[in-house]
Amino acid sequence: MTKKKNLFQILVDDRHRARTISYTMVIAAYIIVEAMLRSGNLSNLFINLLVPVTCYMVAAIGLNLNVGVSGELNLGQAGFMAIGAFSGICLSGFFADTIPAVPRLMLAILFGALLTALMGFLIGIPVLKLQGDYLAIVTLAFGEIVKNLIMNLYVGFDRTGLKVSFVQQTFTLEEGGRILLNGPMGSTSTQKISTFTAGMILVIIALAIVYNLLYSRHGRAIMAARDNRIAAESVGISVSRTKMLAFVVSASLAGAAGVLYGLNYSTLIVSKFDFNTSILILVYVVLGGLGNINGTLIATVILFLLPEMLRSLQAYRMLIYAVILILIMLITNNQSLRAGLQSLRNRGKKDE
Amino acid sequence: MRFLSYLMSGLGLGSVYAIIALGYTMVYGIAKMLNFAHGDIIMIGAYVSFFALTRFGLPVLAAVPAAMAVCTVLGVLIERMAYKPLRQATSLSVLITAIGVSYFLQNAAQILWSSSTKVFPAVISNGALQLGELSISYLTLVTILTCVVVMVCLTLFINHTKTGSAMRACAEDKGAAMLMGINVNRIISLTFAIGSALAAIAAILLCASYPQVFPTLGSMPGIKAFTAAVFGGIGSIPGAFVGGLLLGIIEILSRAYISTQLSDAIVFGVLVVVLLIKPTGILGRKLSEKV
Repeated sequence: MTKKKNLFQILVDDRHRARTISYTMVIAAYIIVEAMLRSGNLSNLFINLLVPVTCYMVAAIGLNLNVGVSGELNLGQAGFMAIGAFSGICLSGFFADTIPAVPRLMLAILFGALLTALMGFLIGIPVLKLQGDYLAIVTLAFGEIVKNLIMNLYVGFDRTGLKVSFVQQTFTLEEGGRILLNGPMGSTSTQKISTFTAGMILVIIALAIVYNLLYSRHGRAIMAARDNRIAAESVGISVSRTKMLAFVVSASLAGAAGVLYGLNYSTLIVSKFDFNTSILILVYVVLGGLGNINGTLIATVILFLLPEMLRSLQAYRMLIYAVILILIMLITNNQSLRAGLQSLRNRGKKDE
Repeated sequence: MRFLSYLMSGLGLGSVYAIIALGYTMVYGIAKMLNFAHGDIIMIGAYVSFFALTRFGLPVLAAVPAAMAVCTVLGVLIERMAYKPLRQATSLSVLITAIGVSYFLQNAAQILWSSSTKVFPAVISNGALQLGELSISYLTLVTILTCVVVMVCLTLFINHTKTGSAMRACAEDKGAAMLMGINVNRIISLTFAIGSALAAIAAILLCASYPQVFPTLGSMPGIKAFTAAVFGGIGSIPGAFVGGLLLGIIEILSRAYISTQLSDAIVFGVLVVVLLIKPTGILGRKLSEKV
């Protein structure tokens, strides 16, 4: 048992298998897409989807930590994305002339992630006092509140510095000044600095953070608190602290994803991050399998691209999407099908 | 006087929320699921009554039962086809299915009736009742009265009929109810039927005050009413009534006195505060955790 393992054995080890598969998948996907981009084999439609899909992947990885691993339903992930997106847009706009694009993007993502982590912590204090469906509703409420507040935020800057006002634009900008956030109109004339490569790097970073957390002492504590709150408390795990950890990491990943998303469009309105977006990300997580990061990655890519692939069906595409969603749920929860699969699996094990 | 008239219109809006919230709360109480497609049943009800009033030229009193009938059938059908096979599934699976149903209804409406907004005809005369200085529009009066009638009928039905006690038994303990010879599946279907019929009533009241019909019409009132149901304590029928009315009043008053743009943030902010003070809503039951 104590035989020294070589690197290959470590990589295919059960505990690390999921992690290895994740990294391999992401890197392989990156190489394939890059190669197709270079050879010009991708349609414009598809190229425009590359950055958003990485954003949703990062947000979904984060949400899986919250919903799958920590077991708390979160219906407000889009709210955190909104915080990230618009803080990133403001930062990037403010430094547009002073910092070149790549370090500016990195700085914006870092800033957005830290700010959302802080917001996640502040929101988490009241939210995590609640349980079950009530917790879900409060996250929904916070998502709506964030959306509503940002919708009323006006940010601009000129030579004299940054100017912020609420509900109405009360400041006037000197010549050469720029408005960064224009209330309900959202951001206008943002420099598009997000790239697919940056998105993929962010996915890798998100994976590294989540996997390292999962396989650490804290990760096991989070799962213990999910499986049995009282038992976890009785062995000395601070349930509120572990839940908070999962919530904050999840929020800050959504924030980083939001920054990337926000800096990918020259104009962006806040309503993009409404309840439906939160639900969309939740669908990726649930269909991919709760707690299963690889499942999340695959489900996000497939479900994000599905409506686009169904584009030839025009008006019917979202209808078909909805039917597929319902059917997947009905089939995966079918009792007799499940029993059949289970017996097949058992037979397979016996043969081994 | 100003305040009183705001209060009345708040009660009017709140009555609509309360009727929608009843649908959410009853389904939650008995099937233990968050029915996110409920808002879209309202939308279907709005379209059905719109066509009944315009294309078929029916009077209002005939359009209401028509919309109720269609919504009831639709609600029961959805429950049978999409939710019933998931009785043993996790609540998240049911939630995602409900979201799928919601997408389905919205997109079906878009294909059938196009996404352009239709103008709902005036159903209640524009006049107002004068009480001294206070004037209450007939629309507000009819809305509040409808809500009270619905509430009284529902309470009598739940508390004083055999089927009503069967429903209460199912909400309490499904297994025990089954052993007592109650057909639980029939009760769940009945709950969806009542909730959907109420959604149709709410649809007409909603369209009478905001006369626009479009495929995503139900989602915002749906979320608000859902908030109202949680506000009052989800699963509790008087809770939905109280929660709905309070939410309507808070929304109108914050629009009038604080800020129109921020009213949504205020409504949801109040919800957060209420849940922090009373984690199971105003009239909700305490949850106890068993070891």
